[in-house]
Amino acid sequence: MKPARRKQEGRWAWRLTGFVTLCVYIFMFAPIAATVILSFNASMFGGFPMTGFSLQWYGKLMANEAVLAAFRTSLWIALVTAAATTAIGVVTSFALVRFDFPGKQALSTLVILPALVPETILGVGLLVLIKAVDQPRTLLLLVLGHILLAVPYVVLITQARMVGIRRVYEEAALSLGASRFSSFREITLPLLIPAVVAGALLAFTISFDNTSASLFWRPAGVETMPTQILSMLKISISPEINALGTVMILVTVGIPLIGGVLMQSLTKLRRRGEPKEEAK
Amino acid sequence: MKNRWTLYDPRLAWMLIAPVLLLLIFFLVLPIAVMSVYTFFTFVTAGVETSALTTANWHEFLTDSYYHGFLLKTLRVGAVTALLCGVLGYFPAYFIWATSFKHKWLLLLLLIVPFWISFTIRTFSWINILGEQGVINVALIKLGIVSEPLPMLYTEGAVIMGLLHFLLPYMILNVYVSLESIDRTLIAAARSMGCTSAQAFREVTLPLSLPGLAAGLLLCFVLAAGSYVTPQLLGSGRDALFGNLIYDTIMSELNWPMGATLSIVLFVVLGFFAAIYTRYMGMSQIVKGLGG
Repeated sequence: MKPARRKQEGRWAWRLTGFVTLCVYIFMFAPIAATVILSFNASMFGGFPMTGFSLQWYGKLMANEAVLAAFRTSLWIALVTAAATTAIGVVTSFALVRFDFPGKQALSTLVILPALVPETILGVGLLVLIKAVDQPRTLLLLVLGHILLAVPYVVLITQARMVGIRRVYEEAALSLGASRFSSFREITLPLLIPAVVAGALLAFTISFDNTSASLFWRPAGVETMPTQILSMLKISISPEINALGTVMILVTVGIPLIGGVLMQSLTKLRRRGEPKEEAK
Repeated sequence: MKNRWTLYDPRLAWMLIAPVLLLLIFFLVLPIAVMSVYTFFTFVTAGVETSALTTANWHEFLTDSYYHGFLLKTLRVGAVTALLCGVLGYFPAYFIWATSFKHKWLLLLLLIVPFWISFTIRTFSWINILGEQGVINVALIKLGIVSEPLPMLYTEGAVIMGLLHFLLPYMILNVYVSLESIDRTLIAAARSMGCTSAQAFREVTLPLSLPGLAAGLLLCFVLAAGSYVTPQLLGSGRDALFGNLIYDTIMSELNWPMGATLSIVLFVVLGFFAAIYTRYMGMSQIVKGLGG
């Protein structure tokens, strides 16, 4: 083959790669864009063509008591899940990174299993267990279940960061007379903050989005946001659902984005006053 | 008392892992154990079962082709989805890795954004694309290409498309993480020894990125085969997968022993594939992919 032709081939391969990439990105976002656009449709039916611009579906949504109740339920569950999972996750990864104990390897495998086992199985399993011991389904159970689903991600995120924090800092604090707790609070935790925030946000969205497992675990009569959407979809796809989807997208994409921006400006502010601390 | 403890005392470690251990035992290990026992319970009538041990549930599962059909269809849909994810996901991962585009982080961020958008919303949004009043049908009718809306929604194709939409970011991130760990000087070395870019890709880049691809394939396969919401929203009754079968058996028929049996079957079958994978590849790549 002549070099010129070779080069040509490479360029075509690269163009093809770029083209497929573009298609994949369009594929990822086209349905979401369609939903957002349709939420402003004046038509009675949830579909194209657009017949005019209208905010009526948002108004209708705000008056829908069932949706608002589900939103509040999901919000509370997600907040509690995020706080609890982050606390558990940080403590767990501290133990996994800093300590040596029998069964450590087994625990680090076990801890990521909830992310790999299908939710249907986790859902049925917990239901069978509480049926066997004759307990009712409660909100507490739902929250604990969500914590289980979010824990692998929080542990993985905080663990990755914890590995990069050298233990000499903590040991220096200890040797200077700090208690274990204050050395953790004053040294380890501040260095871990980016991972803590990322983990908490992820735990929040995992809980807020959870559908399959929540269908099994929710107490009778309680709807979370996703199960509410699911039961609304059983009737038909209405413009109201598109409006609801748009609001949810704004909330769940907005919160992490704002959080991320805040974190970045926060660390920038901190960096100014501090000597370089990160060493991998 | 405190002074007698060594600096990294295992006893302190146990106290630190106690919460997560309790959670995993009571919400993961014990449920699956109890569920295994439940598969041998006797089903009396809807919602009622006795603890008289029987193999009837297993017998029913093993002999009734109704269940076999479900299992095979679920594995087929999972495999097709995973393979499509692999093919379609490799290009973007490679593109992001190799591009000289300055704002690479933006491309990566766009892959993470879907994880934040509710899965239910992402799934039902396909109705707006594929439905009778969706973008495609309305456009085709306006252009006069078809006179009747094409039946695209509530088919197996729609289910696979929905799964693809949900799983592609997992695949792309897995492959990307694996590509990122390649030492780029290896490719430069291959090129300097006379490889064409295609040869360098085939001989160096592709083999070194296989671990990420394999992790992505396993993840996509397991998540697709365990899905419940996607077939529920985008498929017809005929496109229901094993997850839907389990849900209906428990929530509608209230046949708990059979539901437990089916759950254990799915658990064992998917676990079998995961075990083959870890036998050859280990767990580390999956961990990297999930955490990335």
